[in-house]
Amino acid sequence: MADPITLTIDGKQVNVPAGTLVIEAAKQVGIEIPAFCYYEGFSLQAACRMCLVEVEKMPKLQPSCTLPAAEGMVIHTESPKVVDARKGMLEFLLTNHPLDCPVCDKGGECELQDMTFRYGAGESRFVEIKHHVDEKQWSPAVYYDAARCILCYRCIRVCDEGLGVGALGLTYRGVGAEITPSHGDHLECDECGWCIDVCPVGALTSGTYRYKSRPWEMNYAGTICTHCGDGCKTTLSVRNGEVIRANNRDRSGINDEFLCVKGRFGFDFVHSPERLQSPLMRRNGKLEPVSWSEAIGLVSDKFLEVAARGGSFGVIGSTRATNEESYFLQKFARQGLETNNIDHHRSGDVATLLDALSGKTKALATVNDLYTAKAALVVGADLAQQHPLLAYQLRANWRHHQSSTYVVSEGPVREDQYAAKSVRAAAGAELAALEGLREDLKKHGDLVILFGASVKGDAVRSLVAFGDSLGIPVTYVCLVDYSNSRGAMDMGVLPDLAPGYKAVDKPGMNIDEMLTSPTLDVLWVVGANPLEHTQLKNEKAFVVVQELFLTETAQRADVVFPAASAYEKSGTVTNVCGEVQRLKAGPKVMGAKPDLEIMGLLAKQMGLNLGIWTPDKVFEEIRRSVRGYNVALPVIATGGAAPTMPVNGRIPVSPRPDLIRPSGDTLFTSGTLGRYSRMLNKVMEAPGQLYKP
Amino acid sequence: MLLNEPHPLESRVLTRRYVYPQKDAIGIDQYVSQQGYDGIRKALEMTPEAIIDEVKKSSLRGRGGAGFPTGMKWSFVDRKSPKPKYIVVNADEGEPGTCKDRVIMEHEPHRLIEGCLIAGRSINSNRGWIYIRGEYRKYIDIMDRAIADAYARGFLGDNVLGSGWTFHLSTHTGAGSYECGEESALLESLEGKRGNPRLKPPFPATSGAFQCPTIVNNVETYSAVPDIILNGGDWYAGLGTPRNGGTRLVCLSGHLNRPGVYEVPLGMNMLTIINEIGGGVWKGRKLKAVIPGGSSSPILRAEECDIPADYDSLAKAGSMLGSGATVVLDETADIVKVLSRLMAFYAHESCGWCIPCREGTAWLKKILARLDEGVGTKNDIDMVDQLATSMFGRTFCALGDAAAMPAMSYVRKFRDEFEAKLNSTQVFVPAPQTQPLVVL
Repeated sequence: MADPITLTIDGKQVNVPAGTLVIEAAKQVGIEIPAFCYYEGFSLQAACRMCLVEVEKMPKLQPSCTLPAAEGMVIHTESPKVVDARKGMLEFLLTNHPLDCPVCDKGGECELQDMTFRYGAGESRFVEIKHHVDEKQWSPAVYYDAARCILCYRCIRVCDEGLGVGALGLTYRGVGAEITPSHGDHLECDECGWCIDVCPVGALTSGTYRYKSRPWEMNYAGTICTHCGDGCKTTLSVRNGEVIRANNRDRSGINDEFLCVKGRFGFDFVHSPERLQSPLMRRNGKLEPVSWSEAIGLVSDKFLEVAARGGSFGVIGSTRATNEESYFLQKFARQGLETNNIDHHRSGDVATLLDALSGKTKALATVNDLYTAKAALVVGADLAQQHPLLAYQLRANWRHHQSSTYVVSEGPVREDQYAAKSVRAAAGAELAALEGLREDLKKHGDLVILFGASVKGDAVRSLVAFGDSLGIPVTYVCLVDYSNSRGAMDMGVLPDLAPGYKAVDKPGMNIDEMLTSPTLDVLWVVGANPLEHTQLKNEKAFVVVQELFLTETAQRADVVFPAASAYEKSGTVTNVCGEVQRLKAGPKVMGAKPDLEIMGLLAKQMGLNLGIWTPDKVFEEIRRSVRGYNVALPVIATGGAAPTMPVNGRIPVSPRPDLIRPSGDTLFTSGTLGRYSRMLNKVMEAPGQLYKP
Repeated sequence: MLLNEPHPLESRVLTRRYVYPQKDAIGIDQYVSQQGYDGIRKALEMTPEAIIDEVKKSSLRGRGGAGFPTGMKWSFVDRKSPKPKYIVVNADEGEPGTCKDRVIMEHEPHRLIEGCLIAGRSINSNRGWIYIRGEYRKYIDIMDRAIADAYARGFLGDNVLGSGWTFHLSTHTGAGSYECGEESALLESLEGKRGNPRLKPPFPATSGAFQCPTIVNNVETYSAVPDIILNGGDWYAGLGTPRNGGTRLVCLSGHLNRPGVYEVPLGMNMLTIINEIGGGVWKGRKLKAVIPGGSSSPILRAEECDIPADYDSLAKAGSMLGSGATVVLDETADIVKVLSRLMAFYAHESCGWCIPCREGTAWLKKILARLDEGVGTKNDIDMVDQLATSMFGRTFCALGDAAAMPAMSYVRKFRDEFEAKLNSTQVFVPAPQTQPLVVL
């Protein structure tokens, strides 16, 4: 840091490092200088001229967003000259602004509205005809109304600088200047919709939210996105029990304002007409709606009957259920059904990584570490497609701190744009390619290694050995696919490992063995779709499914319970970096129950004593009993991300790399949920092939 | 042919080789036989510091409009920078009324090339571009031919005049934007981007074309350099007034008997230029006003014109020398119409980057169109002044000022004419509707 300097803003002394922008310095003493185009973390524009301030000894007003503070500067932010300039600027802005606030989506949370109320003139002197341009639809998700646009260029910058997509630009000139998508009349981009969020006015509107509500007519629930494993905080805007918008404007959570298309638009599966809203039971070969008590009673009877005759159970857990549900499920299986036949769809070799790191502290990177590390190495993963937040963090780190990113991947990836070095290597052959980067990696102060599912089993150990040999502090991220893939493993939804990666006495059947076992009596699937591409070997097996939709697995079921999605329940989830965050229920869907409640009701009916089944109580038990999960409660309670502690001890891994099967999701797909999200599908089907598989 | 018959009061330095009428550009043979490229020969034996010192001594100031001392500008370039250094010629002659750069390129393209070479030598540059506005198709061809000739004779290329120094030069075509005459917008355009001005600092001397140290100067500025090197800075400075060295081209246009481009020493009286060189106001009419430095300079009433035409004197009179385009208006000129036309020009040319310029120019254009049509109100006249005032000094680049300065000065100095055009009823009549409110 440069030496601090002192300047005076509105009579207040401010101490800031040399080079701080005046607009930032003013914030430190509680003075807000209004601005449209200034946006923290992005390049400077000085275009809106709202932040002009008077600097003593300078003849002209100066834009405070580009003016570096200097020793002894005396600045006035409310002098008559400045007030007049702001008023003038707002008057200019409103000349061609349509002033259709009563029908504008942004009304109530519009920065132009706020500024006009605060700094503007009461009346306009403009009596001419306004410059008008018709509204355009750029994509299913993004609409643009050029007439409302004030050209602050925030959208262009978040798209280009923030995401590296660069789908927006400026065309025409003068009063006719407008934002134009890369393909002239339509967008072909990530469809993340961040441009809509940062728009200070209602120029960019969202395909899911437009004309649906007013900001003050909704309830807000800050929860965690249920799609990929990155654990972005998303604030659901709920009106009459229905989610109509998701964003993170308050910058809470690990992702600041960032969300990808799934986080911002992929919430509509919640209200899909195909959601199950009543338990189903197979009668005469057909699934028919029945009451909860009937369904619970039947399943309970069947479970007790099979248990009594020593039959075999198979339990398949979810990669999206909460930690509490996963924990309760394995407890149900191991204590209630007395079986270790429990597994889930694995997408990354976390267990081997934790074992290889045993004895090391601070070896797991958090999402924030990706933004502060000096260097990062991405092995065998397309981050921009599968882990958009992690990709964003690395890019932001490069933009702000000039960090170096190294990529070893099978095909071209977006990180190549700024990577210090990109190496192409076939899946499975990545480690051999690493040697060529050794000398480069050594130069950096610290390193984060992110690796995908192609690095598994012994390869993970080799990778850790490679990291150790570099002689610099190295942290790791094992990339897993879904919102609680990591939690399912931590909670012991595995045949050979109990919660906290403790060995079990007698490992049970894994997922493949269950599906192919000719003698399996009961298959209980909680939030998964293992029969999507395969058949259950034992045709006589009794199948119980808890699911949101009538998936292939649910269609095979004898009893289906309608489950609630992550957006409708409370609990905690653990993201790809091992950070625990809290879910907060937003919308309500009639008929569906959270998996935890379904399991609780079942346990009660069966007369099992598995403890109280409310999320809070189960989480208490997890904190007490699961290694690494004794996380700080206040952090969780206030919506923060609490990193799990390292397991710190050997894990008896019986490596089954063949069971690690990445789902290969892209930006626009998300397993079962993605299939039922109308917006994700629309985006995929949009003209111009947004989605290129 | 904009060059007029020479006038005895002219002091022909830059234009000394021109003949009248001249059909073709001065070819390389003729140029070389008349001391051509001797400047660069001499410069090749001088140190870069000595070249810059000589230019500083000449008190040559930028002829593009802002009048920044050229030697000073060159000395800002870090010659030891590991980055390549670039020379850029601003031949995007867009200021209404200005037509001198084309005369130089049309008559003596090699002088410009030689100026570029000397400038390139002074900052150890190896690459230069001449950014010419696209409308100057003819002059682009002339420059291209001259550059090819210079390459063929070894004045340009990998080994300039056997010195081992490399200098490459080429033309670059603009695409019809006034804003691209602003040096940073010109650089953006040169890089192949949208011609928006850049945030300053950094100035081009530190980070110009492709983020490398760059000198951007006007055609006339570069063209003055060969003579300065040949004859010395002191000689050149002696041609003008203190701090306003040398001669300059003045583009006389408007209601004159002899409009055209003339070369005069800096500091010649404005009325002398108009009445003697320009042959006086035409048709025996009286002088009403003079726009002394291109359309963006504040207007001078006839009685304010008895001043020396140099940078400092015009600044004192509240106007500016600008690009040297002197537009003369006779007593019949309709000032309201002039301003209305100018505002339409600026509204058309505003790039749209910053709010005050984008919205202000469009608004002024509409108000003035109304005033011109006689359907304005007294309030409108005040509003023109107020709007221009709230634009002035608050825009991102100088285009906003360029639009605001004439608006303010015309309204203040010729208020009576604006009032005379008002509708006598003083009732507001809406502007004629030029477009339907709703397009179906």
